[in-house]
Amino acid sequence: MSGPPVVQESPPSAWHMYRAMVGVGLGCGLLIVSVFQLTGPTIARNRAEALRRAIFEVLPGAGSSRTFRVAANDRFEPTEAAGQPGDRLVHAGYDAEQRLVGLAIEAEGMGYQDVIRLLYGYSFAEDAVIGIRVLESRETPGLGDRIETDPAFLANFQRLDVALAPDGSALANPIQAVKRGEKEHAWQVDGITGATISSVAIADILNKSAAWWVPRIRRSLDDFREAP
Amino acid sequence: MTGPLHGTPALGDEFVKGLWRDNPVFVQVLGMCPALAVSNTARNALAMGLATSFVLILSNAVISSLRHVIPKQVRIATYILVIATFVTVVDYAIQAVSLDLHKALGAFISLIVVNCLILGRAEAFASKHGIGRSLLDGLGMGAGFTVALFSLGAVREILGSGTLFGIQVFHADFQPWIVMILPSGGFFTLAAWLLVFNAVTARRARAAEPLEAPR
Repeated sequence: MSGPPVVQESPPSAWHMYRAMVGVGLGCGLLIVSVFQLTGPTIARNRAEALRRAIFEVLPGAGSSRTFRVAANDRFEPTEAAGQPGDRLVHAGYDAEQRLVGLAIEAEGMGYQDVIRLLYGYSFAEDAVIGIRVLESRETPGLGDRIETDPAFLANFQRLDVALAPDGSALANPIQAVKRGEKEHAWQVDGITGATISSVAIADILNKSAAWWVPRIRRSLDDFREAP
Repeated sequence: MTGPLHGTPALGDEFVKGLWRDNPVFVQVLGMCPALAVSNTARNALAMGLATSFVLILSNAVISSLRHVIPKQVRIATYILVIATFVTVVDYAIQAVSLDLHKALGAFISLIVVNCLILGRAEAFASKHGIGRSLLDGLGMGAGFTVALFSLGAVREILGSGTLFGIQVFHADFQPWIVMILPSGGFFTLAAWLLVFNAVTARRARAAEPLEAPR
């Protein structure tokens, strides 16, 4: 009843497996670094251009802009559009008559999938956020990515109250997300059904960012008055 | 189209099979996630098709050339590493070409890594064949995937927006069928194309049948 002998292939040694994986990994790493170096300057240029367009979108009426960095004593000083690594930047928008329209501020925070990076416009005249634009997000297609396209959600940011408390040190009312249709106050954000985590993330990102920026901006508003 | 001596397919067949007989979308029904999700415009569909083809062709070539070096116990991990590398390259390339396009394709660029079409061809074909055949297989499958995505994207954009590549194709009075650019429109369009594809295939099969012998 004995059949032909079964020849079993001996498994490769651990060295062979390490050699294959580490070798392929090194090659892949080298390729990624090379492509990153090659495309980096072009991508940076594209991002700067996209940011410039976004500034004018979140600050309706602005025709020119100037970038400021936070300097010592929480004052603001003009800098190049890209700033230096580690700089905290804010972009001031000016109308045709060189009057300050508002400030565009970059903010980021964790969404459902990955970091969401956005730009929002702050109007000191209205004490409110007057527009947002998502610069980078990898939220779930068809669900979470509605933070960029849902008109009802975006309408939250036409005038989102970020007024300061009387002592000027913090927001009078923290921005908070509520279920769709339950918005009662100007500082609340009507969420998106089916994209709860992403819409709450946007409200949290804006709340943290506005709580840090708005008191400083209000204290040093004159730093921005000088048009480019 | 088989070779005369060993029954192996001719080189040309390795390319052509992906276009029709083994079309990744219309026959194998692979890679449905990006096929349905980003085919709401012709531009997005074409870009996703080309990006996937690029990854498919290069990963096929690399995996084929390393097939004698990679032990089978670690092959899947290594294939994923190679595929993820080319996806990262594509990601940077698209960002350099157009940030708007990169944003429109969104998370689906990263998800090319787990597109079953690419891993499937690596495992089923490239790991068993030489570089030449693997390249042709990647080219054919990539072209078939791109054509299929473009077929979906063009129909959806024309009916859903009244445009093709952003150019108006209907009279200004045309009322766009919004449903076609929504997710359900992807399923409707895919079903319609499958119907056409299967009808043509069945007709060709009938035409190829030998005539019944006279009694």
